[in-house]
Amino acid sequence: MKKISIDPITRLEGHGRIDIFLNDAGEVENAYMVIPELRGFEKFCVGRPVEEMPRITPRICGVCPVAHHMASAKACDAVYNVEIPPLGKKLRELCYAGYYFEDHNLHFYALGGPDFVVGPTAPAAERNILGVINKVGLNIGKEVIKHRSYGQRIVEIFGGKPIHGVGAIPGGVSKGLSKEEIDELKMMADSCLEFAKFTIKIFHDIVLGNKGYVDMILSDPWKMDTYYMGLVDENNHVNFYDGEVRVVDTKGKEFCKFKPHEYLDHIAEHVEPWSYLKFPYLKNVGWKGIVTGQDSGVYRVAPLARLNASDGMATPLAQEEYEKMYETLGGKPAHNTLAFHWARVIEALYAAEMLVELSNDPDIGGDDYRAIPTETPTEGVGIDEACRGTLIHHYKTDENGILTDVNLIVATVQNNAAICKSIADAARSVITKGKKIDEGTLNIVEMAFRAYDPCYACGTHALPGEMPLTLNIKDKDGNLVQTISRK
Amino acid sequence: MSNKEKLKIAFYWAASCGGCEVAILDIDEAILKVIEIADIVFWPCAMDFKYSDVRAMEDGYIDVTFFNGAVRNSEQLEIAELLRRKSKIMVAFGSCSSSGGIPGLANFYSAKEIMDYAYLETPSTENPDKIQPQVKSTVKEGEIELPTFFGRVYSLDQVVDVDYYIPGCPPVPDQIVDAVMKLATEAPEKGHVFAGDKTLCDTCELEKHDKKIEKIYRPHEIIPEPGLCLLEQGIICLGPITRSGCGNRCINVNMPCRGCFGISPNVIDGGAKFVSALASILDVAEEEAAEEITKSILDPAGTFYRFDLPKSLLHGNIRKIEGAIK
Repeated sequence: MKKISIDPITRLEGHGRIDIFLNDAGEVENAYMVIPELRGFEKFCVGRPVEEMPRITPRICGVCPVAHHMASAKACDAVYNVEIPPLGKKLRELCYAGYYFEDHNLHFYALGGPDFVVGPTAPAAERNILGVINKVGLNIGKEVIKHRSYGQRIVEIFGGKPIHGVGAIPGGVSKGLSKEEIDELKMMADSCLEFAKFTIKIFHDIVLGNKGYVDMILSDPWKMDTYYMGLVDENNHVNFYDGEVRVVDTKGKEFCKFKPHEYLDHIAEHVEPWSYLKFPYLKNVGWKGIVTGQDSGVYRVAPLARLNASDGMATPLAQEEYEKMYETLGGKPAHNTLAFHWARVIEALYAAEMLVELSNDPDIGGDDYRAIPTETPTEGVGIDEACRGTLIHHYKTDENGILTDVNLIVATVQNNAAICKSIADAARSVITKGKKIDEGTLNIVEMAFRAYDPCYACGTHALPGEMPLTLNIKDKDGNLVQTISRK
Repeated sequence: MSNKEKLKIAFYWAASCGGCEVAILDIDEAILKVIEIADIVFWPCAMDFKYSDVRAMEDGYIDVTFFNGAVRNSEQLEIAELLRRKSKIMVAFGSCSSSGGIPGLANFYSAKEIMDYAYLETPSTENPDKIQPQVKSTVKEGEIELPTFFGRVYSLDQVVDVDYYIPGCPPVPDQIVDAVMKLATEAPEKGHVFAGDKTLCDTCELEKHDKKIEKIYRPHEIIPEPGLCLLEQGIICLGPITRSGCGNRCINVNMPCRGCFGISPNVIDGGAKFVSALASILDVAEEEAAEEITKSILDPAGTFYRFDLPKSLLHGNIRKIEGAIK
């Protein structure tokens, strides 16, 4: 048996690594996504005052700190059993829409998009945001940077800082909006909406207008039938900030729908000795290993999963695009892993529509945005949708609000098994007996997890760039046979 | 350094959240100014250079490495040592590498307690065979390795020699650009901290009236009076011991400081200093009242040392810890 290690893939606060095992015939036997790090937030938060959690837990991820900040604040609201004022909720949602808009766009233009816009087999040096700019024009590049910074600015207005902001507090938010801030928000929201529409057009022109890409999206190696999970509102429409968790099965039928505090009835986590990352699964289906299908508890989260788990979008333009997507993909649920990219730009459009709606809300400038908790703190669960999937914070406290138990199930972790499977599928499709493994091979394997925008990809949200990959092919005695590096 | 020769810089992350990397992105168009004077020779998150490229460099090849994240496992230690060897100047970037940061709070617990909690005790974990991640494990196709999880969290300067610090969680854009520009032209005194040289209180615009505190409020228990010092309203705010330079961003949204910019100049231990600052403004004449009010401060260690537990006097720098590297 030969082992191929892709190391480092340099995401997730350190590194991820992919180990691919080849059998004696030179075919892929199996592949493992190995996550080498643990920081232990669940344990070291024990002993802290619960109201500090919205300020501590964002440090789990600096790319999606807002998702942790809000899930944490919601868990705190539940711990204190406090109803936040409607304005407090609107302000949190406004911030949240800004976060989504920024994060999704960055993924599309800097991370996932280049594979399509520039091409999966284009020279590696061009397969990045600079290549995208070359293709679509410098002015568009400037628009990308401008709208990314608008997203950061919206988050900053709410929480004081674009990264690790502090605005959400048990019972509501810490500050209202000034007239100047509302004017600025309206200006940015209008601009974001236009940009979101433009992004949808780019997706149609460049990705869907190319038969080769569409064939690839629809092809078998890029399909995986799993369960799907996402938050929905009372109409079963996608909601990022609040609602109930809905799970559909591989046929798209509702499997279960639960409130945040019921999550332990539905989700369990499996441990493997070869990764610091656990493997969540649907408890009522069971852990059957890293396999997919109706009998396996493996489920997926993040954009396509959210759309699959819903009956539609809450805003008109996003709904229109939602319908187009399922028409093209042949109905719901869509199992096409690469369609995560499409779902992502639809969600960015929804976020922009939410920004316009909320910044124009006649009550948004009010001052009733906080309630003071009065009940004795006990236990609470807060769930929101991080860009990368359902995010669960569960706290228990003593009567003084000091944490005694903390459980966190973060977005990307829930895609752990699915990502492992996607990588193995992709590796099998490109690594075959007798075929030389080249740089293009690496990119296909990369595309398998890039679709999920996994949070070990934090950094690639930052700047033009490729995941630095080195593929070491070793024989079973560990001797290096071949090394391929991305140039 | 001649003006003609461009500065060779490297960025790296260890036990961190990625926020420092995003902070670099948030300097927006100033990145062009940086690229004008510097070549980036290693930045795993954004550019295509490998460990093998770094190993191949001559010692001292890199002019400046900006290292973010604390050190918690063997892989992070190895890269810290490698980059130290290859770099003329090593800069601790952000709170985690400067002083341990939020991940440093893990030093309240042993590695075993952390591992047991994560893989055996949390309510969603189903692990009847009590499996935990192993440095070496065998799967049916072969062997898979993981880095060793150390017994505690280290700041960067606890494992390698550090020349300068850029504190903050995360650092702010002006501070980052200022540091890069300065390092391109002059070498400040070793140990220099690129941030303000006052306390946050000194730069805070909220009004102080030398008012004494009769009661401590937790942030969610009170809607603070606008424009007035939070600490004087009874809300624990680490402004008196925290280095300035952050732009007072939390204060600006009515939230108290938690000290992410590190301790202010001339302070040896932040927590000890804060206790003395607090004592001076508590309005208590009798011992009983003093006890009452101090009791109402919950988790003083986790609050006063929020971002620098691994470097505090309180913490077990002196305690022998199982699995610690030195």
